[in-house]
Amino acid sequence: MNKSHDSAGASGCGSRPATTGLNILNQGTPCSGGGSCGGVSCGGEQRSNADSRRQFLSRATSMVFGSFALTLLPMESPETTAETPLPAPLNGGAVPAQPVASAAKPVLYGFLVDTEKCIGSGKCLSACRTENHVPDGYSRTWVERYIHFKDGTVQVDLVPETGYHESTLPIVDAALVDKAYFVPKLCNQCVDAPCNQVCPVHASFTSPEGVELIDTDHCIGCGYCVQACPYGMRYINPETNSADKCTWCYHRITKNEEPACVEACPVGARVFGRLDDPESELSKRLGATRTQVLKEHLGTHPKLQYIGLSKEVV
Amino acid sequence: MHGPSFVYPNDVHVAWSIMIVLYPYITGLVAGAFVVSALYHVFHDHKLRPVARLALVTALCFCSCATVPLLLHLHHPERALNIMITPHQTSAMAGFGFIYSLYMLLLVVEVWLLYRPEIVEGAANAAGIKGFIFRILALGSRQITPGSQKADEWLIGVLAVIGIPAACVLHGYVGFLFGGVKANPWWSTALLPVIFLISAILSGIAALLLLYLVLCRARKITPDADCVRSLCRYLWMSLVAAVSLELLELLHLAYEAGAEWDVLRDLLTGRLAVSYGLIQVAIGSLIPFLLLPVAIRTERYAGLRTFLGTVSGVLILIQVFAMRWNVVIGGQMFSKSFRGFVHYNLTLDGREGLIAAIVVLTLPLLALFAASRLLPLIGDAEPHTPPQDLCKSMPLDVCTSHQ
Repeated sequence: MNKSHDSAGASGCGSRPATTGLNILNQGTPCSGGGSCGGVSCGGEQRSNADSRRQFLSRATSMVFGSFALTLLPMESPETTAETPLPAPLNGGAVPAQPVASAAKPVLYGFLVDTEKCIGSGKCLSACRTENHVPDGYSRTWVERYIHFKDGTVQVDLVPETGYHESTLPIVDAALVDKAYFVPKLCNQCVDAPCNQVCPVHASFTSPEGVELIDTDHCIGCGYCVQACPYGMRYINPETNSADKCTWCYHRITKNEEPACVEACPVGARVFGRLDDPESELSKRLGATRTQVLKEHLGTHPKLQYIGLSKEVV
Repeated sequence: MHGPSFVYPNDVHVAWSIMIVLYPYITGLVAGAFVVSALYHVFHDHKLRPVARLALVTALCFCSCATVPLLLHLHHPERALNIMITPHQTSAMAGFGFIYSLYMLLLVVEVWLLYRPEIVEGAANAAGIKGFIFRILALGSRQITPGSQKADEWLIGVLAVIGIPAACVLHGYVGFLFGGVKANPWWSTALLPVIFLISAILSGIAALLLLYLVLCRARKITPDADCVRSLCRYLWMSLVAAVSLELLELLHLAYEAGAEWDVLRDLLTGRLAVSYGLIQVAIGSLIPFLLLPVAIRTERYAGLRTFLGTVSGVLILIQVFAMRWNVVIGGQMFSKSFRGFVHYNLTLDGREGLIAAIVVLTLPLLALFAASRLLPLIGDAEPHTPPQDLCKSMPLDVCTSHQ
């Protein structure tokens, strides 16, 4: 812009650059020649109204279309540049103290849930609520209890955050039960995340480590991502009025700590780690067993994997 | 579903309220009204001449209020422009700002051109506030010549031609917003955008018919029989097309009986039994389907035709509202666990309450009322040459070119 301004200013209208959307800023450039430029008189008073109107319309049109075109240019998003600083308020988390990934070899996180180990203690639930200040009535993670009765019915309910020892839930008659198990749920961190796809303003984005995050300072709170998540993980946080969800405790994992739920689990049913490190416990577990993902038919390609899922689990 | 219900914890909060029902409802009226105006301006159905202008002004009034329910719904309305400043190319919703703005611009220009003779006349002759408004609306235009009128007509025709696909995009896009959500089997069908579009045309015609009959009554004019019959005919055809597509979609879901059909069947026979079965299908579709042919065939009894047209118009507007409700709210009434249902609590007060919804629906009607005080909405839609006394009252250079 400065270049074109200087150029026009130095050599007068004879060298005025071709009309572009930005060149309308050159309108105030004095004409040193006082002659004519491309048939248009530069004498100011002599300039015909029709020509100036035509120029104005031409430039205004260029500006309008130019501004539309600018919005269509590919944006530099955090998912494409590992060194881009991340927005500060990532769901209550702090900006990582040091970059965890270099551009050459990005860190890639994964999560494994072993449903055969989970005992429904509920410790992960209270740890998550405390760690992430999750408002009452909303959940970043929950644990489902599946009870298959001998008559063929399946009962699904939620594990209380306080655990069963403090709950007043009715005791199920063991004689009627065929089998029962617990299934912890948390964000699937999908590779092809529909929540990210539908966000109209780029507030949902993927971190360099493959974690789906929300820029709560940019979110407009339309709720489209809430509708698009097939796993019911998203909600509108009534305190921030922005979309919110499990981030695998991004503020912790970027400091080489485990997510709060993983740390709180007394039986190691939740395993978090680096997929890019073959020596990590996660990689070893994944290499030694067969796993499933939730709602595979939707093609979201979750990075959260399960051991021991039953077909009743959705 | 076998066994007790189970709902994902976050699903108990219905994210999209009645405001998201109103948004497609209002844009549907816009698209439908525009299509009627296009039937006259592009396809030259001269029987619709009495409502040709009303159709465009109605479209403009409703379009100007279409963003109000969205702003009331957004949890951060102050960031609404982010949708145009940082649009996400992969999001269907990101196109909203651009599609809406372009369509609004098109409507404003077309209405202005359509009413330019009246505006110029008003700017020259009207006094007081009315004259002041006309002088602003005139945008410096003080010239009405046969040549300029011809140019206006040509431009109106061009804009109407562009407007037809624009209206289809505007409303088809709204249907796509829902149809593209693969997490929700009640929404995720390719037919949904088409259904939205056809029902939009349906609601627009019904609204126009009602507005025309009301305006005629208010001005003590006998409604034009050909116009009413023609509107009823288009209404009936749109009704048949819309209901066929709606039932086709349902039949398809039921016949395929996929994994999610259990929850959808329970939804339709349970929570949506009244709003879908009774209101949308029985009352809103079947009764107008039977009444409209009588209105079309009635030649001698104008009162009967008006009555049947009014009843059908009201019922169809209710039908389309019920359809929007059943899609938007109905689609959130079951959990994504597909094992349980959610209750939507429509409060009376609050930003997304019933009173706010009624106010939102009233706004376009108020705008239309204001427009009716300034400009003729019904009657002769043919362009007319400026009266000679107008030319006398204008500066010389205004009228000399065509004298």
